[in-house]
Amino acid sequence: MTRLTTLDLVVMATYFLVVLGIGWALRRAARTSTDFFLSGRSLPPWVTGLAFLSANLGAQEVIGMGASGAKYGIATSHFYWIGAIPAMLFVGLFMMPFYYGSKARSVPEYLRLRFDEKTRTLNALGFAAMTVFSSGVSMYAMGKLLNLLLGWDFDTSVLVSAAIVLVYVLLGGLTSAIYNEVLQFFMIVFGFAPLVWVGLRSVGGWGGLTEKLAVAATQRGLPEYAYTHAWQGMGSAATNSIGIEWFGMVMGLGFVLSFGYWCTDFLVVQRAMAADSMTAARRTPLIAAFPKMLFPFLVILPGMIAMAMGNDVIPAKLAADGTPLLDSMGNVVLDYDLATPMMLVKLFPTGMLGLGLTALMASFMSGMAGNVTAFNTVWTYDIYQAHLRKDAGDAHYLWMGRVATVGGIALSVAAAYVAGAFNNIMEFLQLVFAFVNAPLFATFALGMFWARSTGHGAFWGLVAGTIAPAVHHGISLASGSSPGVKGGYFGVLLTYPSEMAQTFWTAVAAFTTCFIVTIAVSLITVPRPAGELGGLVYSLTPRPVDDVRHWHERPAVLAGVVVVLLVLLNILFF
Amino acid sequence: MSGAAALDVRYPIGGLFVVIGLLLAGYGVATAGDATLYQRTGGLNINLAWGSVMTAFGALCLLLARRASRR
Repeated sequence: MTRLTTLDLVVMATYFLVVLGIGWALRRAARTSTDFFLSGRSLPPWVTGLAFLSANLGAQEVIGMGASGAKYGIATSHFYWIGAIPAMLFVGLFMMPFYYGSKARSVPEYLRLRFDEKTRTLNALGFAAMTVFSSGVSMYAMGKLLNLLLGWDFDTSVLVSAAIVLVYVLLGGLTSAIYNEVLQFFMIVFGFAPLVWVGLRSVGGWGGLTEKLAVAATQRGLPEYAYTHAWQGMGSAATNSIGIEWFGMVMGLGFVLSFGYWCTDFLVVQRAMAADSMTAARRTPLIAAFPKMLFPFLVILPGMIAMAMGNDVIPAKLAADGTPLLDSMGNVVLDYDLATPMMLVKLFPTGMLGLGLTALMASFMSGMAGNVTAFNTVWTYDIYQAHLRKDAGDAHYLWMGRVATVGGIALSVAAAYVAGAFNNIMEFLQLVFAFVNAPLFATFALGMFWARSTGHGAFWGLVAGTIAPAVHHGISLASGSSPGVKGGYFGVLLTYPSEMAQTFWTAVAAFTTCFIVTIAVSLITVPRPAGELGGLVYSLTPRPVDDVRHWHERPAVLAGVVVVLLVLLNILFF
Repeated sequence: MSGAAALDVRYPIGGLFVVIGLLLAGYGVATAGDATLYQRTGGLNINLAWGSVMTAFGALCLLLARRASRR
């Protein structure tokens, strides 16, 4: 157990004071529901851009990417370079004009404008449930980690962090959440950059890291470049650490999962909708793409360094009776989720340790706040206003938004305890949500780029696209897993080399089914007249005019620069 | 009054980083030469080094926010 000194605690306390102070300073900024849910569409693009990135930078990201770094090495950066950047460019260049331009106040509301009420409600309900559970999982992970590392009480950690998020969101609404996300972004960068610096020094720089990981790769029967080259072994599933060939990865991760998330998830899109102009909204994900591209070095490298430092850094996973868990080959199973936290504890002296732990807590809380602000908006506009009370005044919806904030946080806390009590149920639910997200991109792509698609088509496409991956998951299994939560519950007809490969192909099944069913049902149902679809469909909407002072601020130019840098990074770590 | 007008986000960021930066750098100066404390970083006084970086970054944020508010 690590003991903190007064200095560490003062650093933490300072951070939390500023977090609450931001909410206090913005308490008069949330006067109408538009202020509260959309920041009055008033924020500059660099602020919304960093918040766009930070809202997604929850616990799963920082802890999970460190864990994957230790498990898979630099190939984990595919989650960024293939699994995020192309979709972020796409949403900025091609989809934002419809989200921002249609004056929809949420992503489900766009579905209402483009298709119909039932499609919107289906999307809103799935999304609302997903935000509550994600935020609950985030809280649970934080409480567990603080208990393990510092011996802090689980209940106190969960309740205090929930209370802090509650206070600043209630006071300043989305603006307050976004400002805190920007602050959290800088905390994470400044907390983890020195960790990577000190870590690389201790293993002898990138050269030393490569040598040490080559040994580790050989021990696991992989080519020695497997942990330090992103593409080299992607020709076949047997020669790379992830256990998937490049085609499955590009289709599953790069296309379906990534576009499904970045282009349709209201949690991130809401940040862009808060921007002060159409051009600013379009630039939001493009600006976010720059730091996103470099994040592998902040969050994945700590895991890789932990692996290179030897076996004593990452502790073994413990069985229920406290003995180390062994796999089927008799090797000790490592608790990879502790890679990054253990690096903080091992490498940082008092002082910096306070900063590093604050950065970690910041990442948990930004994930939580992001989910809660997305939840209160979707609840108020897409469920409450749409179905329960249609014609109330603005003040009533503002009030409802605050009530929904309290409710959303209370539900998240409940979800955190559910996660603690039924670990397998939680794992299963997260899987179900992967099914919910995967088909969505087909619905939006067809809605925005094919005027003939209809509301009935979209609705039944979504339903089928959610059932199909459940079926695929039920009949497939990764080698080494046993039927149950991991799949195969309808009988094992397909076997994949790794869980990752199974997940990616499950996503492909979801997308393809949704795409085909939406087209088929659209063709036999009546489309809306073209006159009603202006501003909602690409071919019926005038191209947006770039409202910028300098040529280099144009969205297309920004996107071009991102592409060039992305190609360079991939060549460098090929 | 909408969000952006109420508060320039660079003020709280700058303020926080200056305070934390000075705390760390100050502690770094006080513990300079403490070989046991900095053994884990390979002898690097990370508190002093990183505290200075953070102070500089915080000051830059404050400066930019001030320049913007004068316009």
